[in-house]
Amino acid sequence: MSPLNIEQGSSSHSAYDLRSHMSDVVEVHTLAILVENEPGVLARVIGLFSGRGYNIESLTVAEVDHTGRRSRITIVTSGTPQVIHQIKMQLERMVPVHEVADLTVEGPHVSRELALIKVFAKGESRVESLRIAEIFRANVVDSTLESFIFEMTGTPEKIDAFADLMRPLGEVRMARTGVAAMARGL
Amino acid sequence: MTQMTGARMVVEALKEQGVDTVFGYPGGAVLPIYDEIFQQNEIRHILVRHEQGAVHAAEGYARSTGKPGVVLVTSGPGATNAVTGLTDALMDSIPIVCLTGQVPTFMIGSDAFQEADTVGITRPCTKMNWLVKETDTLSGTIHEAFHIATSGRPGPVLIDIPKDVQFATGAYSNKPKVSKSHYQPRVKGDPEIITALVEAMETAERPIFYTGGGVINSGPAANQLLRELVEATGFPITSTLMGLGSYPANGDKWLGMLGMHGLYEANLAMHGCDLMINIGARFDDRITGRIADFSPNSRKAHIDIDPSSINKVIHADFPIVGDVGHVLEDLLRIWKSRGRKTNSAAVKQWWAQIEEWKKTRCLDYKPSEATIKPQYALERLEALTKNHDRYICTEVGQHQMWAAQFLGFNDPNRWMTSGGLGTMGYGTPASIGVQIAHPGALVINVAGEASWLMNMQEMGTAVQYRLPVKQFILNNERLGMVRQWQELLHGERYSHSWSEALPDFVKLAEAFGAKGIMVSDPKDLDDAIMEMLNYDGPVIFDCLVEKHENCFPMIPSGKAHNEMLLGEAETQGAIQAGGAVLV
Ligand SMILES: Cc1ncc(C[n+]2csc(CCOP(=O)(O)OP(=O)(O)O)c2C)c(N)n1
Ligand SMILES: [Mg+2]
Repeated sequence: MSPLNIEQGSSSHSAYDLRSHMSDVVEVHTLAILVENEPGVLARVIGLFSGRGYNIESLTVAEVDHTGRRSRITIVTSGTPQVIHQIKMQLERMVPVHEVADLTVEGPHVSRELALIKVFAKGESRVESLRIAEIFRANVVDSTLESFIFEMTGTPEKIDAFADLMRPLGEVRMARTGVAAMARGL
Repeated sequence: MTQMTGARMVVEALKEQGVDTVFGYPGGAVLPIYDEIFQQNEIRHILVRHEQGAVHAAEGYARSTGKPGVVLVTSGPGATNAVTGLTDALMDSIPIVCLTGQVPTFMIGSDAFQEADTVGITRPCTKMNWLVKETDTLSGTIHEAFHIATSGRPGPVLIDIPKDVQFATGAYSNKPKVSKSHYQPRVKGDPEIITALVEAMETAERPIFYTGGGVINSGPAANQLLRELVEATGFPITSTLMGLGSYPANGDKWLGMLGMHGLYEANLAMHGCDLMINIGARFDDRITGRIADFSPNSRKAHIDIDPSSINKVIHADFPIVGDVGHVLEDLLRIWKSRGRKTNSAAVKQWWAQIEEWKKTRCLDYKPSEATIKPQYALERLEALTKNHDRYICTEVGQHQMWAAQFLGFNDPNRWMTSGGLGTMGYGTPASIGVQIAHPGALVINVAGEASWLMNMQEMGTAVQYRLPVKQFILNNERLGMVRQWQELLHGERYSHSWSEALPDFVKLAEAFGAKGIMVSDPKDLDDAIMEMLNYDGPVIFDCLVEKHENCFPMIPSGKAHNEMLLGEAETQGAIQAGGAVLV
């Protein structure tokens, strides 16, 4: 039962979407969206997600074809299979959208994120942070007497794991790009 | 390429697109375009009284002609006033091209006088919109706008044109012979799935066609093909509010409208069918009722030009993405080539069952000699106008549902109503747009008194352009549909559902320069309607009806098709708390 005391399944046809997808499993999917790089296109894509109540866990965008003026948006989203399918359909019908690929469905793909992680550490902790950075293949890109900035790329999980290990050593601050992803092979 | 100002380009591009009418309202940011409109005679500009009215009028024009409606308004408040109309057009898939003025490019972002972020505000309520920053791209954008508004699933588009872009000179580009746009929605359905559907049709025991606005949007050929298909197969057909008229109401396969206030036989046939063929409808919540119990034993085909409509709410066993006209053509061809088979013995039994349901006579109401029942008013309107070249618009409320139940539509494009958004105030301006497109026809707006007041300023437009629109107001002095829900769902606590301090509609008509007629006695009704029909000019018809009549049948929110309420006696405790939260 939802907090509104509506029977499950009885709410999805209201004009207000009160759907509880309780019976279905929530999945995380990575979508790659090729769009016309024109003003407002990002607002249009984001507006779809906020307007229809879809989740955005991560979003990156940049122009990838300067002559054809195409941008690639990578969105990591979550939802039941039905919702994910609907997101793809809704994106595909947008006028400035050329192509939508659900990388999670289409097969093996590579997901990478870049992070800058500043760690404030002293003494033995400072040395330990360098040791962990080496294991994670993070580079030191800046140093002061009381801090390092590490740069690393990897899956979001790897970056999370790195930050978790750093936290006991000192204060951690972070800037992340969000995920860029691409299918393997052809 | 010819050089001209942006303002001239607007007029040129509209002409090239075959536009004959623009509904608009001027202001500072569109003065250069108005100056161009002044200097030509090919495009007629209709001055409305409010920008919302401009969009609804353009919708009425578009729905009744199949051509896109064109709107021209100024920046800031002009654009924000148009938002309700644009949203209405988006929900009901109506092609609208809306041109808005904007402050000059060098002032954008400075909170200039009458500046609003028009593309930002209208992004969620248009199919596509553009802010044009260079005169050189203006005409190309306008041609692209018409292409997008009218292809695929139609919808409203908006072009925001800063004033300096209108003044500056640039190169005009002609309408491309073949669209160069990358936006080319698929129109042909997948032949394999169509064939699979044909196979299912050959064996189905309890088939039904469930049609929607998509058939009408697809055009005259689609309506013709639908009629052929229904007659050839002998399957029963029902339609949504938006699809009325694509199959004639006087056709013998017609079950009437389905849905929340649809007919008993239509809803029970939907519930009990074994093959549902959805053509250009979208399983809206007003149609399905409780999803879990929606037509539990049927296989479902869904033909829709918008892929996102398929499998959105109801799983489709035969998902067919394509234009209704193209798909029906292929479907008929394949069905014929395989020998025109149906399971006629079973279908005959199915019809026998449907005839049983029809005996419920679900539209029956308690007649009265003392007061005019709204249903009676519509029966008489139907009887006295059905042989006219007639177009019907409505407002939103009980009167709208009664109009859908009691008026018969034998042709497409004759019924203009706000379905998806349910916009009170739609009907009056829509009737104006329809009358502009069909000067000799009888155009009636079936209205509730509360809705009618929402855009009544458009009577000024009707009088100015001598448009003989008939405003047929079923005046129950109530926000009737709200009152009905309060009676059934909120313990008869009638919170603010009275229409108090109503104007004297006859005097109001006279104040506008129109004719007013008031009737309250059923005995006088026919004469009053005839007086309305015989008057060559706009009429406000104030029909005082029974104040507490409820609209039945009704499927309460959250209920299934077979849990329909038929009349007053059945309504006690019929709607539980769960249903009350739904709308
Ligand atoms: C713009 C707008 N505001 C509010 C509503 C909610 N609403 C739906 S029907 C209705 C009452 C309409 O009253 P009236 O026009 O007199 O029609 P009746 O139901 O009495 O026939 C209201 C307030 C709406 N649909 N549209
Ligand atoms: Mg009323």
